[in-house]
Order: sequence, then structure tokens, then C-alpha cells
Amino acid sequence: MTAPSRIRNFSIIAHIDHGKSTLADRLLERTGAISERDMRDQVLDEMDLERERGITIKANAVRIDYDAVSGDRYQFNLIDTPGHVDFSYEVSRSLEACEGAVLVVDASQGVEAQTLANAYMAIEGGLEVIPVVNKIDLPAADPDRAAEELAGVLGGTADEVIRVSAKTGVGIDELLEAIVDRLPPPEGDEDAPLRALVFDSFYDTYRGVVSHVRIVDGSVSTRDQIRFMATGLDVDADELGIRRPATEEVDRLGTGEVGYLITGVKEIDLIRVGDTVTHTSKGTVHALPGYLEPKPMVFSGLFPTDGDDFERLREALDKLRLNDSSLVFQAETSRALGFGFRVGFLGLLHMEIVRERLEREYDLELVATAPSVAYKANLMSGEQVPVRSPQDLPDVSSLAAIEEPYVKVMIITPSEFIGTVMDLVQQRRGEMGEMTYLSPERAELHYRMPLAEIVFDFFDHLKTRTRGYASLDYEPDGYQASDLVRVNILLNGLPVDAFSTIVHRDKAYVYGKAMVGRLRELIPRQLFDVPIQAAIGTRIISRETIKARRKDVTAKCYGGDITRKRKLLERQKEGKRRMKMVGQVEVPQEAFVAALKLET
Amino acid sequence: MSSELEVPTTEYRLPTTLPTTDYGLRTTDYGDEPPDSPTLAEAARRWSSAYVHIPFCARRCPYCDFAVVASDEAGGLDTGRYVDGLIVEIGMEPDPSAVDAINFGGGTPTRLRPDDLARIVGAIESRIGIADGAEISIEANPEDWTIAFARDLREVGFNRVSFGVQSFDPVVLAALGRVHSSRDAERAFDAARRAGFTNVSIDLIYGTPEESDESWRRTVARAIALEPAHLSAYALTVEGGTALSRAVLDGAPGPDPDDQADRYEYLDDALRSAGFVRYEVSNWARPGYSCRYNLSTWMMGEFSAFGTGAHDHRGGVRARNIRRLDTYLDRIESGVRPRAGSECLGEFESERERFMVGLRLASGVAPGSIGGPFVTSDEGHRLLDAAVIDVRDGRVVVLKPLLTDLVARSVLSVSADDC
Ligand SMILES: Nc1nc2c(ncn2[C@@H]2O[C@H](COP(=O)(O)OP(=O)(O)OP(=O)(O)O)[C@@H](O)[C@H]2O)c(=O)[nH]1
Ligand code: SF4
Ligand SMILES: [Mg+2]
Repeated sequence: MTAPSRIRNFSIIAHIDHGKSTLADRLLERTGAISERDMRDQVLDEMDLERERGITIKANAVRIDYDAVSGDRYQFNLIDTPGHVDFSYEVSRSLEACEGAVLVVDASQGVEAQTLANAYMAIEGGLEVIPVVNKIDLPAADPDRAAEELAGVLGGTADEVIRVSAKTGVGIDELLEAIVDRLPPPEGDEDAPLRALVFDSFYDTYRGVVSHVRIVDGSVSTRDQIRFMATGLDVDADELGIRRPATEEVDRLGTGEVGYLITGVKEIDLIRVGDTVTHTSKGTVHALPGYLEPKPMVFSGLFPTDGDDFERLREALDKLRLNDSSLVFQAETSRALGFGFRVGFLGLLHMEIVRERLEREYDLELVATAPSVAYKANLMSGEQVPVRSPQDLPDVSSLAAIEEPYVKVMIITPSEFIGTVMDLVQQRRGEMGEMTYLSPERAELHYRMPLAEIVFDFFDHLKTRTRGYASLDYEPDGYQASDLVRVNILLNGLPVDAFSTIVHRDKAYVYGKAMVGRLRELIPRQLFDVPIQAAIGTRIISRETIKARRKDVTAKCYGGDITRKRKLLERQKEGKRRMKMVGQVEVPQEAFVAALKLET
Repeated sequence: MSSELEVPTTEYRLPTTLPTTDYGLRTTDYGDEPPDSPTLAEAARRWSSAYVHIPFCARRCPYCDFAVVASDEAGGLDTGRYVDGLIVEIGMEPDPSAVDAINFGGGTPTRLRPDDLARIVGAIESRIGIADGAEISIEANPEDWTIAFARDLREVGFNRVSFGVQSFDPVVLAALGRVHSSRDAERAFDAARRAGFTNVSIDLIYGTPEESDESWRRTVARAIALEPAHLSAYALTVEGGTALSRAVLDGAPGPDPDDQADRYEYLDDALRSAGFVRYEVSNWARPGYSCRYNLSTWMMGEFSAFGTGAHDHRGGVRARNIRRLDTYLDRIESGVRPRAGSECLGEFESERERFMVGLRLASGVAPGSIGGPFVTSDEGHRLLDAAVIDVRDGRVVVLKPLLTDLVARSVLSVSADDC
């Protein structure tokens, strides 16, 4: 156990791709936490998906020992966090377990939207922030400008900014010393009853729930009887340990330390992220503040292609939720797609990742319906009902109003693109707020916008218009009534909920036409003519027809080569297996996917 | 070019009722059965046949993916050595039983000299045996065909010829890379008749992007005017690795499936009015003239096959020969059967294949163990509802022949457990 004065707990935070994980590599390497043989790039990105996509999805905590210039040995608990806006919840949880933050900015990019958002989160949480400009080795780097911008954000001076290259290792020694000098040690009371914050947890098939804890007050030893205060669960602390990143068992975790805790409990609901752990006897009654539940931003229906897989999908979602507490879902029935789940996600990337994990790790084949934000329907009766799927929308006759979620949006863009950004935001029903300049060349724009206008393809458009230079952050900002309608898509006369959507009345026609056109391209010809229609209520706003298939035969049996012919048919049959029957119509998976990516 | 489009009068008009000749097929056991008769089809199951592949062609047509060598390619003129090889291969046939039909295909079999063809027929006769009244057929390109050549073939024993006419429209012929003119086709046809071939067939290709409805109508009219005994028509297909497929990948127009369906339906109507009966997806015949070799292969009859890339089916085993000419010859010359591989079908697989291939026949296919589970499956129901298939006289019949592959794929959904 280390004295709290020799402990430093910090998160590495930044805009996406600014080099957090690479910086963590250097810190691990320089302190000898990891042997040269085990070193690889972004070593803390342990999940396959993180490695494939080159981004951090889940925060990852590790302990390193640092021998300071003073000759003293320090214990650092560092948490590498994700930069993508969908995962800002991970950042806020991580910050809760720390006294300090290392705020990284890419020297070639400067301050961006998540730099600001994360910096504010750290400051509001009362954390000490060390500003770092990274990637100074890049030819396009402008460390002075980046340092100026950072100093502006934090209200300090540019010479407090540490300049590093996580690639070459320049400046790492200075950063390590600054962590000792500038970040405060943990402040807990070693003699008080145990209070430990569960800041993360994951599920291990063999060990059950593994919780990551930060000891705030007191200490915990193996075999202590402990209590999870929110659920009242009393259990033994079977195993305590730390990650370096290889796991290492310890007998005890003291005040200020970070480590993991295994109790053998397998029910994830009993151990919640944000809960406080204390001792069963002589424990505290004052729980830590904990976390707000993350609010899903978008909802989508997930349906197994093969109806028989419904139960397997339920099990898979249950298991996945053990490692991803932000995942929420409830069973849903679709006329076109059968039994499935309505699942809430933090954003489209989160949705993509969940879906990919379900398909890969649980061997499921899924159809996802067009994502939607959560609306609220105000009924004539004065009642308000949530609308998480276009199907939930009550009949027009009983509707007084539909409210939609709004967000506060922050966009950082080079000044030359301000005009085009404003133009885009206006098209998306945005209301202009404040505008400030980070520097003469870069501006920070604030808006209020409907979430539905931003969560799907807004960022792609923003990137295109600003040649990739703008960045974006947003956070929920209440609900507001809007002129919204449901556009139904009918396939062969049958409404297909997977394609229906709620949109602003002004955009209904464009959406309907685009959707109908897209489906016409994507759905193969069937045995009969298939009309595709878009409708608001009973009014048809767009229509196309997929003509019946007339020819599907090859001329010869290849001079008796029946084997080859059969193999060809089998291959084609395989392609057909990825089709979903919607009424009498075979619809390929791509049609459902395309619906998610519709440009309007 | 208007003279190209005139329909010449042929001296040899085919009577509606065919005379029984030595070579005509009415003398054999299928008597008066119409071409699409189930009785005839089932009889064909018991026939056995032989296929001889002649890979040589003057040039390679842009759409062709058969095992061929053009005359400017390696070995392209080595016909004598190849015939020697074929004769050795025929001698290797392990389990001979007299054949009811022989088909010389290719490639272009008419690039061989009549005496070479005679050597091959002779080898089959002596090793395997040829049944009385057997169909002995050859595929011919119009440009190789003269009356003298035709007479020589009659001498050898050929009693059926099918001409690769493809089209009577010079624009389409040029697009297909064919060297003959529409006149050549008519002259060749005429010469065949003069030499005594009653059983003459025409092969057409429809749906070339350069073809129009009008040009197809003229082609069909001129083909019917020749009064062939049999006609085959194939939709132009873009096969991978061909010059055509490269052109299409580079942006040239490919065949349009709806145009092809229109052409097919037009042809089917025209032929029916002219007294032909469609007995398979792509084949029409006058009564008594359905192709025995075709019928027997579609009915999973036994057949031997010789030459590069040829496939046979004997005793429940399908085997295929090496496609490359040089490797084929090397093997043969060192006394080894030039096999590239074989496949032994299990009970369920061969039953399923019988059913799937049989779907191509207008007579329909006997349900066997697979037809019942198939027509009662979800996919079967959908096909019945959409009038794509039907059950008639206890046989499963495809009513829309252009959707036969779609039906066959649905059959693949039936598993052994369902039967
Ligand atoms: N040239 C150069 N490249 C760097 C440096 N630091 C990081 N990179 C590169 O920047 C890219 C992003 O690095 P990461 O460490 O994955 O960034 P991150 O901030 O962890 O990204 P997320 O976790 O997805 O938010 C990678 O290609 C790194 O190799 C640096 O100092 N110099
Ligand atoms: S003549 Fe026939 S076999 Fe020869 S290349 Fe042309 S299409 Fe192919
Ligand atoms: Mg990272």
C-alpha cells in the first residue's frame, strides 16, 4: 500500500485521435510497466474492435510506478479515455475517479470540440488539468498556436503547456514530473469507514462481475465482508488486484488507490457502476454521489434475420450490457420483421459497434431499423407518452403535439467556413447562439438544434463543407414541440415499420421520395410487381414500382457440367439467405442498412 | 442490305408429317410421342449417350467460355494429334454399353476432316457400340459447310446436324464476332438438306445488345422459313473471363434481361404457330425430332464424354476431363485417363439433381422423394401462388421457363431431413 501523498490519479482526455492512447503507451514504456516484447501501439486498446478501428471505445485504467527525479517512487493510476462524442459518458465516469486530467491537443489540429467539452467536464469536476500539446514531430504541427488556444481555454499561459510527441517520446519526462508536481494527491481519510466508487465494471465468464474501484476513504482487504450500498448486496471481497496492464493480485487497496474487485457475483444488476462499496459492519451511511444514468440518444429496432434467434438475441444483449451499462433495450414486435428489441444507443457509432459485437461475438445475423430519436407525444387528454419508435406514435386524431429532443451544439471551425457552417445549421433548423473566436483563424459556434437533425448525417456534411476541419460536440437540452409527421413506407401495400420515420413536415416529401427511390434500387425484382409507396396518413406522397422478375435462367447446362451449375445455384442461394421476408417480399439486408444512411 | 433480308425459297420443304427414314428417329421406341411428353422423357432416363468434344475454332468468339483453342493459339491446328488422343481415350472407356445418341460438340467439330470424324465414330462403334437407329449429331458452323462435306458426313453415319446460325442480322453477327453471313447459313442449311439430312437444327442467340425487336423478328422469320426440324435458342450470357465480360466491365452495354424475356416470348409464340413444341427451356422440336442426346442428359441418363473439358456421368459418378489441350494430350499419350476430378453423388444429392435438372423439361419432372417436400415448403407455395410452377398429372412443371433457375434455387432449400 502506498501513502496517499505518493499517489496520483489522472485521466488522459482529448478530442478523438489526438493521441491519448499513444501517449499512454509512452508513459507505460518510460516507467517500465510493460516490457519491450509486450509493447504494441495503443496497447490499452485491448478490444478487437478498438484495434481494428484504431479508436478507443472503452476507458481503461492501469497502474504504473514512477521513480521521480526527487528519488521518490510514486504510484500513478491512469485512465485512458475515448475521444468520440458517443462515449463522453466514459470520460465523465473516469474523471470521477481522479484528481487530475492530462488534456491532450494535437499540435496540427489545435483545440477541437471534444477538447473543450472534456476540458469543461474536468474543470467542473474540480480536477487539476495539465495541458499537453502532442504530435509536435508532425511537419504540419503548430505547437505555439495550439498552446495559445489551450491556454485560452484553461485561462492559463502558454508556457504552462507541455509539448510532447507521443510518437518519438520527446517531452515525456517533463510530463511525468509535472504529474507529480502539479496534480494533487488523493484527499481521502485513511481512518474513516471504507468508501469506494465503482467507476467501471465488466463481466468475465469465469469470474463473474469484475468491478473497477477507486478507494475514496479507508481501505479494503481480501475476505472483508463488503456491501454495495445502492443494492444492499453483502458479499465477500474474494479477490483484489490491480492492472499493470497485466492483472496482479493484492491483499489490500488503500485510500486513494485504484484497483479491481471480484466478489463472485454473476448478476450484473446487483453491482452497478456508480455505486459505493463499504464494509458490511462499521460501514459508512454516506454514499458517494455516483453517476447519472447515461441517456440514450437514438433508438433502433434490432431483429434477428432468422426469427428463431430471438432468444439468443436476448441473451446476447443481456451479456453485452454487463460490459456496457449504457445499453438499454426492451422487447418489440414488428409487423414486418417479427420479434426483436428496441435498443437505445449513445449515438450512431455506439449503435454500429453494438450491432457488430452482437453479430460477431454472438454469431447473430441482424436487421436494424432506421434509427430514431425519442419523441414525446402530448395527447388531447393531457397525457404525455414516450415515442421511441415511429410505431409508438398515437393516432393523429388524439395528438395535441409532438415534442422532440433538442441539443446544445458546439462547432469549432476555421473562420473561413463560418458562412457555410451557418448555412448548414440553418437547413437543419438550428438556432444560432453565441460565437467566439479561439484565435483569429478559428471560431467556436454555439447553436440549439433538434437532436434528430444532428445525430445522423450532420457530421458528415459538416466535414465535407469544411474540408474536414470542423469538429462537433453536443449535449441534451430538453424537449420542444415541432411540426412533425410520420412518413410510412409501404411495400406491396404493407407498411414496413423498419423504414418509417418521424420527420419535420417540411422534409417529409424529400424523405419519402429518397427512401422509395433507394428501396427500388436495393430490393431485387420479385415474382410479381411490387409497389413501394411513401405516405403521410392515407396520403401517398411518392410511389415507385419494382417490376416483376421475368428472366432467371441460364441457357445451357454447360455441356453437361451439372456440378458447376449446381454450385453456381448454391452460391446464389447463399446470397438469398441474407434476405428477410417482409410480407411476400424478399428484402436484402442492405436495404435496411441503406435506410440508416439515407441522405436527404 | 435489303437482299440480306429476303427469305430464299428452299427446295426441300419439310412435310408436316415426317417420313420414316433410316436416320429419322420415328423408327425408334418413342414412336408418336410429342416432344414434351412425359413418357418420352422417362424413356430417356434409360438411354445412354456419348459426347465428343472438339475444341478447335477458327477464332474465339467474344462471349464464349467453352474449352476451345483458336487456330492462332498453341495447338490450335494439331487436330490429327488430338483425334489420335480421343481414340486412345475412347479405348479407355471401362464399362461400355451401346449408345443411343452421340453428339459431337465444341468448339467447332466441323473443323475436323470427315476421315478423322469417321475414325472417332469407328472407335466408339468398336469400343462402346452404337445402337440401331441411334442419333449421331454434329454441331456445325455454316462457313465450314459444303455439300461435299455434308455428303461425306452422311457417309460416316451422321444423321443430325445443328448449325450455329446465331442470327440472320449482320449487325448482330458482327457483334457476336461470327465470321459467317446470313446467306452462308441459308446455303449451309440447303446443302445439308440436299445431302439428305432431314434432322437439321438451328441454334440462335437472342438478346445481344446490338439486336432490336425488329431484327429479332426477321431472324425468327428466316429461321422458320428454313423449316428446320429443331431449334435451340440461347440468351446471350456474359460469362466471366470472356472478352465480352471485359467489355461490359469497361462500360459497354450488357444484355438486358427484360429485352431477352421479350425476345424469348416472341420466339416461343412464333415457333408454336409454326408447329414446333417446346420440350426444354431453350429447345423446340417438331414432333419426332427432339434431340435424344439432350433429353438423355437432362434425364440423368448415363453418358460418356471424351475430349478436353468434357463431363460424363456413369454409374452415379460424374467426372470431368482436363480443360487444357496440352495437358490433356500429355496425359493421354502417357496412357493415363485425362481426368481433372470426379464427384460421387449420394442418394439425396442425386435425387435432388435429377429433380432440379428435370425442371428444365416441358414435360415436368416426376416428384420422386423431393417433389412433395418442395411443393409444400414455403417457397414452393409462393411459386405455386405466383403460377411459376404447377403440379400436372403428378409431375412438377415449371410454367415460366425463364424462371427455372429461380425454381431450382428454391429446391436447394429442401434438405435431406425433409424427404
Ligand atoms: N506523428 C505523430 N502521430 C501520433 C502521435 N501521437 C499519436 N499519433 C497518431 O495519431 C493517431 C491517433 O492516436 P491514438 O493514440 O489512437 O489517439 P486517441 O486520442 O487515443 O484516439 P481515440 O481513443 O480514438 O480518441 C494514431 O495514428 C497515432 O499513431 C505523435 O506524437 N506524433
Ligand atoms: S465457334 Fe462456338 S465454340 Fe468456337 S469460339 Fe465461337 S462460340 Fe465458342
Ligand atoms: Mg485512444
